[in-house]
Order: sequence, then structure tokens, then C-alpha cells
Amino acid sequence: MSGHEQYAEDLALYALGSLQGEDRANLEKHLDSCSGCRQELEALRGDGALLAVSATGPKPPQRSRQRLLDAVASDPRDSSSPAPARRFNVWAFFGWAAAVGMFLVVIQLRRQNVSLQEAVSSLGAVVGSQTIEMENARRVVDTLTAPDAQAVTLVAGKNPPQPQGKAFYLRNRSGLVFVANNLAPLPPDKIYELWLIPPDGKPIAAGLFKPDAKGNASVINPPGIPAGVEAKTFAVTLESATGPHDAPRGTGVMAGGA
Amino acid sequence: MAALYDRYSSIVYSVALRVLGDTGAAEDILQDVFMQLWRNPNAFDSNRGSLGAWLAVITRNRAIDALRKRRPENDIEDVVISVETDLASEADRSRAAEKVRGLLGSMPAAQRSALEMAYFEGLTHTEIAAKTGEPLGTIKTRIRAGLTTLRKAFQE
Repeated sequence: MSGHEQYAEDLALYALGSLQGEDRANLEKHLDSCSGCRQELEALRGDGALLAVSATGPKPPQRSRQRLLDAVASDPRDSSSPAPARRFNVWAFFGWAAAVGMFLVVIQLRRQNVSLQEAVSSLGAVVGSQTIEMENARRVVDTLTAPDAQAVTLVAGKNPPQPQGKAFYLRNRSGLVFVANNLAPLPPDKIYELWLIPPDGKPIAAGLFKPDAKGNASVINPPGIPAGVEAKTFAVTLESATGPHDAPRGTGVMAGGA
Repeated sequence: MAALYDRYSSIVYSVALRVLGDTGAAEDILQDVFMQLWRNPNAFDSNRGSLGAWLAVITRNRAIDALRKRRPENDIEDVVISVETDLASEADRSRAAEKVRGLLGSMPAAQRSALEMAYFEGLTHTEIAAKTGEPLGTIKTRIRAGLTTLRKAFQE
């Protein structure tokens, strides 16, 4: 936001939806080209969220829950608008026969509809719980990797903190989370590289990384690790920043057996 | 959807009720917000904050639209928010609510009033200025300062 103070107050009004007219048009034009002001707008909306949660009150009535689930069941996401009713242009002689036929079709469709509603409802519950699981997973990863997360190394006695890393590897899903701390600052043109070393001894590149100012770094689910490969050792080397990075050529920094 | 409802319906309903002051209208907003989430689950960007915070903002916006009897001003996917405070669980929200109420209580009355009129009544700064007889610039400053006061208090 630095250098954009003239928009600061308008941004707050815009975040609340109360900026109108020319001021609004001018600000929207500026937002198109200013990522700093867009970030400030998102933060101001977040401030509004804090204000919103101060509104505590009674829980919604129980009927609201069922009303929502019924509505969800009858409103699949990809539904299009209902087809217009067809106009039947049949001879009057066949009218009753057509009506009986339609009645049977309606019964059949209704049966199908009920079973589809049940299926959609149960899928909705699955989506809901998956969203929450994702949110929890994201929080775990954020705690491990966010720039402002505190990483504290506990050491015994007088030992000075040494570079160290922890790798969490889920072999069957190629999932790998690596967190390191106390790393020395990188020399110019150098970069750290993580290696997964299988029992055959041929290292698999598992991500390049740079430490932050405090010496912390992380690698999350690097691409290129074949599913199911066994890890015997993880290692970190100091490599040339320009590569190649397909096999270790630099000096070893740390290693640990799985 | 049932799990999401169980987790977030309280905050959605509370915000809608605070804005609209009518239980029936608040129920309609509750329904509307969750149906929009159902129809467009990708509208929420999980990288930018908790679902609870986002739903609170979406609900406030929809409730203000209803209060002012206007068409929704923003699609929900256009409402991107960034908030560092964890508002996922009811306990988190309860703690945050208590803190916000304390902060509002310690603000000068005119600032708190401007902030609440803008946020919960959906009044524009022009309307607030006309209502309070104070200059537009003062109202603008109070609203922004009020919002950033909350942010700073949660960053400490």
C-alpha cells in the first residue's frame, strides 16, 4: 500500500460496499493494475469479517437445517432450467390413453428422483466433510511452512544449533513434507537440493529450496517422485543454482536414514 | 453440506440476524448463502483465510443487499478476503467476538457508531455524514481507522 495512501480511505469504503459513483469507478480502475491495493482490499474485508463475528446470537431454528438439505437434494449443481412443457397435439380419442401413460411415467420418474435426491444428499455431506478436512490439512501445512510460523529448535546443553531437517514421507501416495532449520545462508549462485535415496542408491531429486533469513525452509510434495518408491535415506546437498539438478554434484549438507 | 451447515450455520445466522433484525429474513439469507456455496463451492479460496470468515463476509453483504432491497452487488467468487485470525471453530469465533466487542467498547463512541452504521446497517459514508452532521472526510477516516484498529489488535 505504500505510495497509495490516497486510495486508503476509499478502499475501506469499497470493502464495505459503500463507495459509489466516480470514486468507485476510479478505484476499480486502479485495482486492476495495483496488486498492493488489491491485497489491502482483501485485508480490509478480513477486518470486516472480524467485525461480523462479533454478531453472536441464537442458533438458527432446527427447521432451517432440513430446509437446506431438502433444497440441496432437489437442486443438483449442474441442473439446468427445466425443459418447457411439451404441448401435446393428439387426437381427443387418445387423450385418456396418453394420460394413463404419462401417469405411469411420472411414478417411475418420481421413484428415480427420490433415489437421486438421496444420492445427491449423501454426496453433499461428503463434499462438506472433505472441505473441512482440507481446511484442517491446510492449517497443518501452514503451521509447518508459513513464513511467519515460529520454528524453534531445542538443543541440549551448550550445543550450538546445527542445520537439521525432518522429512515426512508417505510412500504410497508420493507425499513428502520436508522442513529444515538452522540452514546457513546460501552463497551466491547456490541452492539447496533435497534427495530421496532409494535402496538402489540412485538419488531422486526431491526439490530445490532456499532458506529464509532465519535459516528455515520447506519442501511440500515435490513433483517427480514415482509412486511407491522406498526411501532409504534423505539428503540435502548444496548445488549450483543454475543446475543441472538431476543428480547430486555439490557438497553434502545433511542426511538421515529413513 | 450437512457438516458445513452444522459448523457454520450459527455464524451465518447471527450475522444475518444482526443486520436484518428479523428471524424469517435471516433464515432466508442462511438458506441463500449455503445454496450459493453448494452451487459454487470453488468460490471460496482456502488460501486466503478460513471458510468461517469468508461466510461471515458473504452473509453480511447478502444481508445488506436484502436490507437495502437491491440486487446483489458482487458474485461470491469476487469476494476474496484475507484474514489471519483463525475463525474455523465456534470456540475460535467466540474468542474473536469477545475481543472485537472489547475493542469496539474502547473506541470513541463516534467511531464505533460510524463503523457499525457502515457495516451492519449498510449506510454509505454520505448517509452517515448526513445522519450525524459530520464532514464526509471525518466519516471516511473513522471507518478506515476502525477497521485497521481491529486488524492491528489481532496481529499483536
